[in-house]
Amino acid sequence: MRHTLLLGAVAYDPKVVTIWTGFRSWFRDRGLDLDYVLYSQYERQVEELLAGRIDLAWNSPLAWLRAQRLARAQDATVRPIAMRDTDRDLTSVVVVRADSAHQTLSDLRGRTVATGAVDSPQATLLPLALLRAAGLDPKVDIEVLRFDVGVGLHGDHVGGERDAAQALRAGRADAACLLDANLLLFGREGTLPAGSVRVLAQTAPYDHCNLTAGPAADPALVDHFGKLLLGMSYADDSARPLLDLEGLKQWLPGRTDRYAALDRAVTETDFYDPRGALGAADYRP
Amino acid sequence: MPPTIDLEDLGLDSGGHLLVERALAGLTPGDRLVVRGRHPALGVHLAAWCRAEGHRLDPAVEGPTIIRGHADLDRWRDAQRAGATANDVVAHASRHWGLAARGALVEPGGPALAVDWVDRDLVWADLAPRLYAQATANQWDPATAVDWAAAGSLPEHVEGAVVQVMTYLVENEQAALMIPARLLSRLHPHFREVMQLLAAQAADEARHVEIFSRRALLNRDVLGLSGAGGRASLQTLIEEPDFTLASFLLSVLGEGSFLDLLHFLHRHAPDRVTADVTRLAARDEARHVAFGVAHTAHVVRADQGFLHLLRTAVERRHAALADTAGLNKQVFDALVVLAAGSWTPTAISHGWQEVLRLQQAMDEGRRRRLEYIGFPADEAAALSALHTRNFM
Ligand SMILES: [Fe+2]
Ligand SMILES: [Fe+2]
Repeated sequence: MRHTLLLGAVAYDPKVVTIWTGFRSWFRDRGLDLDYVLYSQYERQVEELLAGRIDLAWNSPLAWLRAQRLARAQDATVRPIAMRDTDRDLTSVVVVRADSAHQTLSDLRGRTVATGAVDSPQATLLPLALLRAAGLDPKVDIEVLRFDVGVGLHGDHVGGERDAAQALRAGRADAACLLDANLLLFGREGTLPAGSVRVLAQTAPYDHCNLTAGPAADPALVDHFGKLLLGMSYADDSARPLLDLEGLKQWLPGRTDRYAALDRAVTETDFYDPRGALGAADYRP
Repeated sequence: MPPTIDLEDLGLDSGGHLLVERALAGLTPGDRLVVRGRHPALGVHLAAWCRAEGHRLDPAVEGPTIIRGHADLDRWRDAQRAGATANDVVAHASRHWGLAARGALVEPGGPALAVDWVDRDLVWADLAPRLYAQATANQWDPATAVDWAAAGSLPEHVEGAVVQVMTYLVENEQAALMIPARLLSRLHPHFREVMQLLAAQAADEARHVEIFSRRALLNRDVLGLSGAGGRASLQTLIEEPDFTLASFLLSVLGEGSFLDLLHFLHRHAPDRVTADVTRLAARDEARHVAFGVAHTAHVVRADQGFLHLLRTAVERRHAALADTAGLNKQVFDALVVLAAGSWTPTAISHGWQEVLRLQQAMDEGRRRRLEYIGFPADEAAALSALHTRNFM
């Protein structure tokens, strides 16, 4: 059994190197031998987690669901160790221009709806599920204008969402699908000037990333890791810069009860099959 | 009933968070704040904002109600002031204060500032704030402070002497510019008056370089000669790594002597422009000397043992320059010619005596300053005698 805990993370941005190098030193200073490897996309990371080549994976919600499916298929276990306070109870919104006539989702029948990348839970999969629930089949009843920026990054790259917002503003789309936090961000940065859009619909709260322990991880080592991680304090100036970079104030225990909507969306669209195989025809991570 | 604020039409995308934060500031973690408003996306915005800021929205109630978190308080929990007040110049400045203003509340965790001098008594002089105020009040514009049209034309050999002296002055001024610039980049900004003064000093020297170059090229296209010995002498100043020793060698001994030279040139200037540029530079140099003297005296007052280091520095520099010529012959001759005013044997003899008197005055000035700093008279005389023949 190895005594280094090996963590996988996806390099969706150069700062990921700074983040995990910082975490590695922080853990090593506290007697836990952590190292990390970076992946260019989530699918390979999940496969390697299940193959036992890494112990932990910093997983997107979609990657967590695939890890679960793969684990089930090979009778293995994965468990969420921790998540950020900012990973809990997110919502996505479908917005239209403030002056548009659309009042409900069904008004979007026959219209163009801008989304993020094909594999974005927040800007594509969940909001399109919301449309489906309103009786609109995205394949038939609307024109989906998808912005495939950073495919394989499961929507971590904000570029696709920003493009969708710009398409809405420019009139190339009648609606756009965004994470609630990005609606606020785009408002504040001027991509969607204050008062220019109206929220047509909002999803129920769902959870985002989690740190997943794979089948090969030494449980005692993972417990030690989890204790240290959850003990990280924003008041500690050796931890705060890392927390700021990673976008959280506090680590919380992992929970699994708020991935159900995404799991349904994955099944409905056959994004992954029940055994975790890639199913979406136009998904090339 | 928890406190309530009303944002009216204001959204969190247009600054609404300022009002929310202001209301939260008075609450303790766990307290609730009810937020009212008419912005259509208020609920969506608030949820996202609270999540990012470490607050929570109470899921159990209908209208948006914030449960105050503590991340904003945590950030400043161990913060420390960089000096109790803006005027509190502490004995030891922390490198972790970095670039923070003196007296600011400093969030811990930033990068340490790579500076060498963090101890007040190794860089400070109580006179520094006043000298800085004086320096900024006495800045002048080379374009207007000198009547460049008043040059006229001089006899060929007199013009030649002026150009040679100016060439030498520029060389000295360039050294005098580089030294404070180097010192200030290694100084903790907590001692900002010293840093500001050094910056003003570097700016002074930049102007001196300009006016002496401009005077040299007023009637000619080429400058004079640059002797190897003079340059070697100046370079030993640049190479001195210690703050106080550099300040002592440059300002107390070097610029002090240089100041006498500028007075001499002003007195014997053959034209208005030469008289103007040497007068203007001398005014600045006096300030540079004043800081060097005040600072060195400050260090010695704190630690008498420092006199030994000063003495060693003079001796070391003397030894390093023992095999060089010092002032180049052409500069010395040019000074004689300028003081002589003409080529008659009587005039040259007079000029020669004047240059000897200049050197005497330089020696007396150095001794006076060395004694002020704390050297006994005999030692001051011995050290002054070891000063470079290159004047600066
Ligand atoms: Fe000067
Ligand atoms: Fe000077």
